Amino acid sequence: MSSNNGPKRDFIDPHDLAEPFESNNGIVNWMESRLPIISLVYNAGFSFPSPRNLNYFWTFGMILSFMLVFQLATGIVLVMHYTPHVDMAFASVEHIMRDVNYGWLLRYAHANGASFFFIAVYIHMIRGLYYGSYKAPREVLWIIGVAIYLAMMATGFMGYVLPWGQMSLWGVTVITNLFSALPLIGEPLVTLLWGGFSVDNPTLNRFFSLHYLLPFVIAGLVALHIWALHVPGNNNPLGIDVKGKQDTLSFWPYYQIKDMFALVLFLIVFMGFVFYAPNMLGHPDNYIEANPMQTPPHIVPEWYYLPFYAILRSVPDILFIPAKLGGVIAMFGAIAIWALMPWLDTSRVRSSRFRPVWRWFVFIFLADMLVLGWLGAQVPNDVLVLIGQLCTIYYFAFFLIIMPVMGLIEKPKPLPTSIADEVLGGAAAPDGAAAAQEKRG
Amino acid sequence: MTADNTQSAHGHDEDVTRRDILYVGTAAFAAVGGGAAVWPLVDQMNPDASTLALASTEVNLSAITEGQSVTIMWRGTPVFVRHRTAAEIEEARAVPMGDLPDPQADDERVQKPEWLIMRAICTHLGCVPLGEQGDFNGWFCPCHGSHYDTAGRIRKGPAPKNLEVPPYEFLSDSVIKIG
Amino acid sequence: MIKTCRNLIIAAGMAFAGMTGMAVAAGDAPAAPKQEWSFDGPFGTFDRAALQRGFQVYSEVCAACHGMQYLHYRNLGEAGGPEFTEAQVKAIAAANDVADIDDEGEAIDRPGLPKDKFVSPFANQRAAAAAHGVAPPDLSLMAKARVGGPDYIFALLTGYEDGPEDFDGANYNKYFPGHNIAMAQPLFDDQVEYQDGTAATQEQMARDVSHFLMWAAEPKLEARRSLGIRVMLYLLVLAGLMYFVKRKVWADAH
Repeated sequence: MSSNNGPKRDFIDPHDLAEPFESNNGIVNWMESRLPIISLVYNAGFSFPSPRNLNYFWTFGMILSFMLVFQLATGIVLVMHYTPHVDMAFASVEHIMRDVNYGWLLRYAHANGASFFFIAVYIHMIRGLYYGSYKAPREVLWIIGVAIYLAMMATGFMGYVLPWGQMSLWGVTVITNLFSALPLIGEPLVTLLWGGFSVDNPTLNRFFSLHYLLPFVIAGLVALHIWALHVPGNNNPLGIDVKGKQDTLSFWPYYQIKDMFALVLFLIVFMGFVFYAPNMLGHPDNYIEANPMQTPPHIVPEWYYLPFYAILRSVPDILFIPAKLGGVIAMFGAIAIWALMPWLDTSRVRSSRFRPVWRWFVFIFLADMLVLGWLGAQVPNDVLVLIGQLCTIYYFAFFLIIMPVMGLIEKPKPLPTSIADEVLGGAAAPDGAAAAQEKRG
Repeated sequence: MTADNTQSAHGHDEDVTRRDILYVGTAAFAAVGGGAAVWPLVDQMNPDASTLALASTEVNLSAITEGQSVTIMWRGTPVFVRHRTAAEIEEARAVPMGDLPDPQADDERVQKPEWLIMRAICTHLGCVPLGEQGDFNGWFCPCHGSHYDTAGRIRKGPAPKNLEVPPYEFLSDSVIKIG
Repeated sequence: MIKTCRNLIIAAGMAFAGMTGMAVAAGDAPAAPKQEWSFDGPFGTFDRAALQRGFQVYSEVCAACHGMQYLHYRNLGEAGGPEFTEAQVKAIAAANDVADIDDEGEAIDRPGLPKDKFVSPFANQRAAAAAHGVAPPDLSLMAKARVGGPDYIFALLTGYEDGPEDFDGANYNKYFPGHNIAMAQPLFDDQVEYQDGTAATQEQMARDVSHFLMWAAEPKLEARRSLGIRVMLYLLVLAGLMYFVKRKVWADAH
């Protein structure tokens, strides 16, 4: 974990600021000399030095880890009672809700858990956007995060299919049909996805298989994400680099306790939904068993896809690209573009706190996402389509124009000299050894 | 921590103790909640309401003639209902207790002597024994060669116990409810 | 034929995915007015008497056409529901003929048992559709499968009116999307005779059966809320404790 035998870096290895792991316990040392897992856990989860000014937006990493474990635990026990067959899936969910001990709790917790997983991940992403956590040296960390988000979208989507209600069937029909927009390979690809000529039992079975598999892929990606976090260490609300020990606090107890406090607050809201509004985030049509002969009058995806669904619907025919293909490209592009942010943003300053003009574009972007989300749930008419198109234009302009241009023309506010100065009011003297650290964008 | 405390000033000492109570109390409170939260994940594996609803079965005995036995399903496993002949009852009663690996008198195993009701599960490793076979005119388990007599008591072979009598009651002279 | 039909519908779905436009069923019905229910709010519970009356309305009126395939007779005796006595549940179940096979494998009808599912009025969906033109929907989950839930059911059952002059459908209902509903008005005053002496007005019966359908769709509502209170109280206390722990721990950091 020391930086002196790795490639040269232009930032401090946070682990260099921590006391190295030592133990007088013979058993611990016996284990350490064979598999240094105790020191790994200690270094990564306890001694890990983190900037001392992290605010509550930084607690969502831990909350997300909790939600992943929570969804895995509830999901695995639900599988003990669920039957992935078109004739029995809906009835088996009702069996869980009515007969299985605490089945109603497990199922409501898992279904609402998906929503709260997404609430947490959106806050986590917005935090990264606002404080510039995607910028060097955290590009790989950020891209892994985008991959996790994509895997979550796929997992959530496949999970929504499993109860085999009307929204399950027609949601999956509409979304898988997106692939038919691709030239040449589109139609055969959709047939391949379905395992037939419509969404039917083979589709349900494979989605069940993948819904079970993908969370473990996510867990693997999360391990990489945390690894990539521990190389440069946490970003912070000031967006400036850690210059020495005086800028940091050890993860245990400070941030673990803070994260756990935040987790309890998060759980209060989450459990409030599970126990008192368990169907508020769902759709009534999914309590009607799937019927391939009848489409519900108004298909809406789960709320966490709505902004992208609105973008999909906003794209008209452009030159030789038909609206259907254009919509699909725009929708997937809207997600993929997040991965390019480290290079689209040309600013030398990370935190929006010191970017007086840019931060307003960020706020407008968040409002734009909310409007798109609202539009995604509406039945489109001429006015709404126009609003949707304007919002879509802003969405892409934000990444492709505002982000690179603002970095070049905006004059940022002066940055504080160090985290410790800012937090402790200049009480702590800077550590000479680390003060040579250059500020980077 | 106590070693440090004895050396510090009294006021500080008290502060540390109060802090410890808060920490330990919160950790214990959180642990209790965490433990309780695991219970639904475990309890969901217990028999559910639809399984419990099948936990009792009613059997009409009037169609079972003397010397005949039927096998019925109860809780997913077979149960023997045997209408014993007088000779079988006599044979079962005549066995001296000393010959039995799992001593039990015949009248402890039946409510009415002519009706023998037992779970059809060999007490060795769970196979279903065959009726009217074996060295004692009772049941014989083909898996590992356990012999049961006309009261379903183990006489020879590896099984440790007599065939289990399930809870049952006579709802009338000709109807029993098992379970 | 069915396959072709299905492909056509899938094709319609694809057109939908193209998002060039979207046909919407005539959904100009007003929202169902909010009713007062004993199960409203975080501490609300079901009214046993209303549930028992509602079950009577269901079994004497609705059950002629509508099944409730996810309910079992045993549910009627479970805690948090109508809570009929064990003897009443057995009698209710036994009043229904359940298809089964006897020891010789012959198809027979036997009296129902508490473990049996509610007997459906039709052998299958197609028989139901053949008899009514449109298959009457299963009612097990109706209170969760419609926007407005029990309010909507109540509004629908009391929403039959004479349609406008140009109305050219089966039955006019103020609250049904599109107003043209296949089901004729099902409830009329004094259609059932309540055992507890409640006057069986149309409104009373609609209210009771809506109440019953809410329980049928969400039978664990009371268990959920009573566990919920304990979980929320626990979390609030834990949050308070964690707040002080966090402050104490962070006191060292400044």
